[in-house]
Amino acid sequence: MKWILITLLLLTSKYALIAKSLHVGSNHSFKTIKAALEKTENGDTVYIHKGLYKEGNIIVNKSITLFGIDRPILDGDKKYEVLSVKSSYVTIRGLRVQHSGYASLDDPGGIKVYDATRVTIIDNELYDNFFGIYIQFSTHCLIKNNKIVAFGKEEQTIGNGIHCWKSDSLQIIGNSMKGCRDGIYFEFVNNSVIWRNTVTDNIRYGLHFMNSNNDAYFTNIFSRNGAGVAVMFSKKITMMNNTFNENWGDAAYGILLKEISDCHLSGNTFNKNTAAIFMDGCNRTIVEKNAFSNNGWGLKIQANCMDNTIQSNNFLKNTFDVSTNGTLLLNKFQYNYWDKYTGYDLNKDKIGDVPYRPLSLYSVIVENNPTAMLLYRSLIVTLLDQSEKKIPSLTPENFIDEKPLMNLLKL
Amino acid sequence: MGRIFKYVMLDIMKNKFVMIYTFILVLIGWSAFTLEDSSAKGILTLLNLILLTVPLVSILFSAIYIYNSAEFIELLISHPIKRKKIWLSLFWGLNSSLVTAFIIGAGIPLLIFAEPPLSFLMIGIGILITTIFVSIAMLCTIVYKDKAKGIGLTIVLWIYFALLFDGILLFLLFQFADYPIEQPMVLMTALSPLDLSRILILLQLDTSAIMGYTGAIFKDFFGTTIGMVVSLGLLILWGVLPFAYSLSKFKKKDL
Repeated sequence: MKWILITLLLLTSKYALIAKSLHVGSNHSFKTIKAALEKTENGDTVYIHKGLYKEGNIIVNKSITLFGIDRPILDGDKKYEVLSVKSSYVTIRGLRVQHSGYASLDDPGGIKVYDATRVTIIDNELYDNFFGIYIQFSTHCLIKNNKIVAFGKEEQTIGNGIHCWKSDSLQIIGNSMKGCRDGIYFEFVNNSVIWRNTVTDNIRYGLHFMNSNNDAYFTNIFSRNGAGVAVMFSKKITMMNNTFNENWGDAAYGILLKEISDCHLSGNTFNKNTAAIFMDGCNRTIVEKNAFSNNGWGLKIQANCMDNTIQSNNFLKNTFDVSTNGTLLLNKFQYNYWDKYTGYDLNKDKIGDVPYRPLSLYSVIVENNPTAMLLYRSLIVTLLDQSEKKIPSLTPENFIDEKPLMNLLKL
Repeated sequence: MGRIFKYVMLDIMKNKFVMIYTFILVLIGWSAFTLEDSSAKGILTLLNLILLTVPLVSILFSAIYIYNSAEFIELLISHPIKRKKIWLSLFWGLNSSLVTAFIIGAGIPLLIFAEPPLSFLMIGIGILITTIFVSIAMLCTIVYKDKAKGIGLTIVLWIYFALLFDGILLFLLFQFADYPIEQPMVLMTALSPLDLSRILILLQLDTSAIMGYTGAIFKDFFGTTIGMVVSLGLLILWGVLPFAYSLSKFKKKDL
């Protein structure tokens, strides 16, 4: 009996160890990917050699590896979803996926992952798809070093670069997205990390969080998007060391924070954005050690924000450093460096002895009456601002940095 | 006209004031671009120069010059020369000397440091503003024969265009905040050459994005070729009308 068991064990383990390699290509045993997929079993590797494959919708429903050699092209003919992954433990590597179909009902993608865990998508090129990579109901997926290019003209006719829906523990690393609706879109995605991505020239947002909690994004670059990052209805998002450049235009933002709480922004750089950070209904968020330079507005903080701390930031050469829409301020400003601060420091502790009021009268006027932007850079505005600085009467009394720094922070 | 024009020019050159004006413009123009770390800041400095200094100097200098040459004008009138010629020569003499000063002082640094469409626009607007305020100054000297009153009027007019008009605009903005007043405001700005010039230049700068909805409405109007032509036409009208009125008055004036 014991020997039979051991033999059985050996036999089964032997089966498990036999992983086949199947080659697809014009000079190889399989001519089409679909033919090869039919012969695969869990653990096999399909090598796809250079060539153009127009096979409609390719469904991967076993735990296999698709490995592109010399970047084969999978083309959806503008009709089909190209690759549908419906199994866990799938790896997709080295492919070029292009021309997926367009449909607003079932959202076809270049690569779409359904209900799977530990799917790895590495080093692919996604070109002119409706959605680039689409992940739904999946966990522990790794999406790394992919290049996504789309040619969206308007929001309705193009999908997102990487779209994640009801997922958990994703890693999105080192990708680049261009010309999509949102570069990366998160809805109901928790415990995930976004790291070292380059997100440029997208129509709507570079990165978009909806109802997603406990996520983090680090060291990404967001340039020339409609808005760099939009974080909405989410909690506990960490945002560190990102760069926001030239998100410039009417209603463009570096970061748009709406109805969020307990977030942490640190070490980000904002340069040449219309409004670097827009905070609306934001609670218990810490904004520290960020650099704001050459923005239209550094920080637009609405009166419905509460218990936020804005400390140790550099504000340089912004048209308006901060603005708000009401008289109530329940947030704390401290230890920031303001280039417009003109106070002195008698006891040489590098903290100005005179508190600084970062809110200019003109920014309050413009917030209440946007048409007043008409008077931008006119003499009367300069005079009004100067007189308000000396005798504050109209700006909120408590909008004040009690401890402004004398010198630029080294960040 | 040629000879009188030449005398006026020579006289202004001897005056040294225009020399000092040129020198100050050169100083501000060059330091604006070389001391600031970005050319955008330099452009904003020059924008302030065009909107404040240039009109003030143009209107004051022209008025004072004409009051001071009252005897010269009387002498000319006693000769068989048409009054129109005398007045035109004075206008062109003043205008061309001040415009030359502006081009040397601010135009050259603008051409060197700023991008072509913007630099040409700013130089063009600077020239127009000089012309407009010389023309307004000549109207002031006709309105009041008394020097003190006339110069006082020029100063009041400068304050009005540079400051008070914007104050009135701001007041109206608040009074009519509940109404869609963006489009009427576009029309209102046409009533002040300085506001019109400021908005024309601002729309060419990339700061226009922060002007939001209002900026968009302005861009819709002034950003187009037609809008540009209309607004430049308005500025030219601002230069021509006060002078034309002063000319018709001067022709009939009992000196």
